[in-house]
Amino acid sequence: MAIQLNDVRFAYPEAPNDCVLNIKSWSVSDQEHVFVHGPSGGGKSTLLNLLSGMLDANAGQVNVLGQRLDSMGARQRDHFRANHIGYIFQQFNLVPYIDAIDNIQLAHQFSNQQSLSDEIKSLLSSFHIPQSEWHKPVGRLSIGQQQRIAIARAMINKPELLIADEPTSSLDHNNRDNFMSELMAMVSEHRVTLLFVSHDMSLANYFGRADAFSEINTSGEHN
Amino acid sequence: MFFRLAVKSLLNRKGSIMLTIMAMAVSIFVLLGVEHIRGQSKQSFNSTVSGADLIVGARTGSMNLLLYSVFRMGSPTNNIDWQTYQNISANPKVAWAIPISLGDSHKGFRVMGTTTDYFTYFSYGKKRQLSFSKGKPFEQVFDVVLGAQVAKKLNYTLGANIILAHGLGKTSFSMHDQSPLKVVGILAPTGTPVDQTVHVSLQGIEAVHIDWQQIANMSGGAVSQKQIQALELELEPKSITAFMLGLTSRMNTFRVQRDINNYSNEPLTAILPGVALAELWQMMGLLENTLRLISGLILVAALLGLSAMMLASIRERKYEIHLLRVIGAPPWFLFFLVELEALLVSFVSMLVGITGLYLSLLIAGDVLSADFGMHIGLNILSFNNVLFLLLVAGSTVIAAAIPSFMAYKSASIGR
Repeated sequence: MAIQLNDVRFAYPEAPNDCVLNIKSWSVSDQEHVFVHGPSGGGKSTLLNLLSGMLDANAGQVNVLGQRLDSMGARQRDHFRANHIGYIFQQFNLVPYIDAIDNIQLAHQFSNQQSLSDEIKSLLSSFHIPQSEWHKPVGRLSIGQQQRIAIARAMINKPELLIADEPTSSLDHNNRDNFMSELMAMVSEHRVTLLFVSHDMSLANYFGRADAFSEINTSGEHN
Repeated sequence: MFFRLAVKSLLNRKGSIMLTIMAMAVSIFVLLGVEHIRGQSKQSFNSTVSGADLIVGARTGSMNLLLYSVFRMGSPTNNIDWQTYQNISANPKVAWAIPISLGDSHKGFRVMGTTTDYFTYFSYGKKRQLSFSKGKPFEQVFDVVLGAQVAKKLNYTLGANIILAHGLGKTSFSMHDQSPLKVVGILAPTGTPVDQTVHVSLQGIEAVHIDWQQIANMSGGAVSQKQIQALELELEPKSITAFMLGLTSRMNTFRVQRDINNYSNEPLTAILPGVALAELWQMMGLLENTLRLISGLILVAALLGLSAMMLASIRERKYEIHLLRVIGAPPWFLFFLVELEALLVSFVSMLVGITGLYLSLLIAGDVLSADFGMHIGLNILSFNNVLFLLLVAGSTVIAAAIPSFMAYKSASIGR
């Protein structure tokens, strides 16, 4: 199992009585491509932060790639995230004032793996980023290019799990289709488990499995 | 990569960073400048007189005596009798004596009457003797020896004729315009008030004061060599302003000082130049500390500005911080990133401040040495100033701790 959650509860420390997540049981198999849809503000990002180890569950088991995140320390979780999880957001995926190569290098910095500048260049090429754009601060590139570099950045450490949080919301229709096909090709090629969260139901047909967030998270029903 | 990220992040915020650097650079400029000039002026003062064991003048405060006899500052209170000088310098414990007679000026430069012993025994700095860059000591009544700065400023060469004025202003109502003095020597630069002084013999001082016009008129307007020699005998000085003493043995210093202070024929004060200088520094201490305090406060203000600027940037960089966290940066990475950025700003400010100070000293150095006789060296990085720079770096780390901690904290929450 790539992801296995059991009896997970989470509330932000500012509002300890307001339970944001309450998940009885939910799992994702290895190399599965799962689409999770639901309205914004429902706690989807909170779930993703739990899975990446940015947040720590109040109760329950958080099992990611065979490791118990809930029993790890903060530093271990940072390390685990750097080495095993790729992450793509809707926007602000890249440090705007450094160039594409540095952005990818930076992601590489926090992992245990050896630096491979050739690999960065071949990744950028495979995402159709022209060589002339490699050394510009990424803030000056188009949103479409930025999101493609974001995939490259997320993939540089060869993660087993790729988490995408509304990565297409800032893209227009054409760019969105390009982005999705490149993303799906990439995850299939590298045999990566993909967890994709969006409110846009039209994207569901790229995926083998589509879950409604409201079915995963039962916190709303109990309150 | 860590370093590169910090540098590029700063370059990305050029505007506010530049202003912060300017503020820091100005404060470092003031801090180092005050310290440097303080140290240099002290050194300059301390090196002004080094050979004399005692300085003797009419009864007055030691500070006053030191200032007017050595630094040509302020005015003498009273003169001392020539006979007194002769009695004291005849004391077997006294190795040499240099009489000083002040009160006249030449185009703003003070005139000092003395004897040729001045050129033999007076020393400055690390026991360095006066040396001539041109010419020789004065021999006759109307011979003049110029300090290096006087010759340079007034463009005098050997053989030039000059006129003395009574009083100390550049223009005086009572010009001794009938006494033509002739430049016979120019001293090498010393970096002390000697450079600003016009030296004549004691007889020369007397000569310009007596109504010798009559003598000249009697001989048809020209003064012959013979007349001058005759004049010299007549011109025994009646009083002088002060004198410096060198003793045969330093062990006797306090006894001779006490004897002079108890001199029965007229009230006198004898001071040890080193002790009087120390008193002077003690007096200046309060001023020095005030200046240091002010420059310190300016630095604190600049550091607070830096801290505020960094703090504001943390809010702007919320997404960036979150992103760095997601790709695996631990919270301390963000703490040190902000600290490093602050240190880089502080380091660049130091470079700008030091360069600015160096250039200003280079430009102002000539004016300072010409107008104040103060020689300010260019080696800004003295031990004290290096210490100050380390202190600035340390304070930067402390001042940046608040924004760094904010970055750390916003990283820990992870939202």
